[in-house]
Amino acid sequence: MSLTSEEVNRIAWLARLAIDSDKTDAYAHDLSGILNFIEQMSAVDTSAVSPMAHPLDQAQRLRPDVVTEPDQRALFQQLAPAVDAGLYLVPKVIE
Amino acid sequence: MQWETVIGLEIHAQLATKSKIFSGAATAYGAEPNTQACAIDLGLPGVLPVLNQEAVRMAVKFGLAIGATVTPRSVFARKNYFYPDLPKGYQISQYDLPVVGNGQTTIAVDGEEKVIGITRAHLEEDAGKSLHEDFHGFSGIDLNRAGTPLLEIVSEPDMRSAKEAVGYMKKLHALVRYLEICDGNMQEGSFRCDANVSIRPKGQEKFGTRAEIKNLNSFRFVEKAINFEVERQIEILESGGQVIQETRLYDSVKDETRSMRSKEEANDYRYFPDPDLLPLEITPDFIETVRAGLPELPDAKRDRFKAAYGLNAYDAEVLTATRELAAYFEAVVHAAGSDAKLCANWVMGDLAAALNKAGLEIEQSPVQPDRLAGLVQRIADDTISGKIAKQVFEALWESDETADAIIEKQGLKQITDTGAIEAIIDEIIAANPDQVAGYKSGKDKLFGFFVGQAMKATGGKANPAQLNDLLKKKLQ
Repeated sequence: MSLTSEEVNRIAWLARLAIDSDKTDAYAHDLSGILNFIEQMSAVDTSAVSPMAHPLDQAQRLRPDVVTEPDQRALFQQLAPAVDAGLYLVPKVIE
Repeated sequence: MQWETVIGLEIHAQLATKSKIFSGAATAYGAEPNTQACAIDLGLPGVLPVLNQEAVRMAVKFGLAIGATVTPRSVFARKNYFYPDLPKGYQISQYDLPVVGNGQTTIAVDGEEKVIGITRAHLEEDAGKSLHEDFHGFSGIDLNRAGTPLLEIVSEPDMRSAKEAVGYMKKLHALVRYLEICDGNMQEGSFRCDANVSIRPKGQEKFGTRAEIKNLNSFRFVEKAINFEVERQIEILESGGQVIQETRLYDSVKDETRSMRSKEEANDYRYFPDPDLLPLEITPDFIETVRAGLPELPDAKRDRFKAAYGLNAYDAEVLTATRELAAYFEAVVHAAGSDAKLCANWVMGDLAAALNKAGLEIEQSPVQPDRLAGLVQRIADDTISGKIAKQVFEALWESDETADAIIEKQGLKQITDTGAIEAIIDEIIAANPDQVAGYKSGKDKLFGFFVGQAMKATGGKANPAQLNDLLKKKLQ
């Protein structure tokens, strides 16, 4: 399987990654190589193997429903570039 | 062309846990912005989610209530998209192995029962809230809601009208409240839905292209949005166009749906199992413990009300709409000792009207079940008439006294002494010779005049049936 440069651009957009346009072809080549490798593995008959959700063969531990986190808004908002009235401000997301 | 509407609903119910699904931050509604958003909810680097046991228990409870299979080993997945109210860049949800699979519920619309299939219900985290006004080119983000546990309940495309969709949504609303897994507060967004709507020529098997209407948070909006959307699609198809598969938003002010094109582009969620969470194992023991704790469910209660109290389908349906109302009614019947139908009439009639007028819920009723039962008893044993009972009810509402005390104090006891009623009638006949002559000459309507006079003379306390009988005799 080989990816087009258009597909590479779309994947980069979905992941919000900025890529140099002169590197698109190289990415297409490398990513296609990875997909080919996966295709090779797909040839193995796994019909008798149940899919693995996690490499550790363990189950999720559950926690009791208790509030343990205090309000640390002032501390966390020191990291934010802009805040107002307790809200985090971000570039407007609605047109 | 005859069109058939096809609707499927995705209902989001916020689970009534104290803490979030993957963190120990509080979930209480209405807190100051971002005071209940901890490092995990903010998606800060290096944090790990740990699943809330109570959220799992609630999901299993729901699964058992709709007769669904509970998945013994379900998996959490990342749903990837970028939006500022989702700081991690993905929502933790479930994809191909949801915790609840394949159940059903029965709805009644216009007296006809219909089974609606429930494809699945899965656990996921809610996103934060974006505020778009007042910030001069910025959006304000409140992440208090981020990480609140949600149960997303996905129906089969089994509904054929907006009415059925509303019936189904109301059914699930009652169910989650019975189960005490969601407070059902639609104004606060605790219970909301997305509607998938399409139309097809009647008789055609293949589904038409659907539009998804997002975030409907009232029964009325669900009905109006679907009806608008159906009309819109019919117009497009009948004028030779094609419906596009897209996400739309319902504007309740303009009563229309609008395309949300900006979200379209991101509609490639690239789900994959979340490496931060191990598979969720639910043992048969756990399931049986939850099953043992299930309350009587709405359908079972409704059937029991019909059988045990001789109520008709409508009364039983209304009285079991919420667990609180059903409990109130049963307490009244229990205290009154008999006459369930009369109890039902008072609970659904004067009491419901008074509560509605005062904006109170049944559990806030100033008239407690035993005091209403006291009133019902006095109606049943003919101490007071139904009309006087309304006066007593008002006094019950205004005070803490019992019905007996009010009847005694205000002298409202019904006059059932034949002699006393006859004496009053004789006086009225003597004082109104013209009306008597008129009545005897065939003006039947004048009968009401005599009843009115007698009631006036007795302060409304004459037993109405007795009064009618005696009047007829005397006026012959």
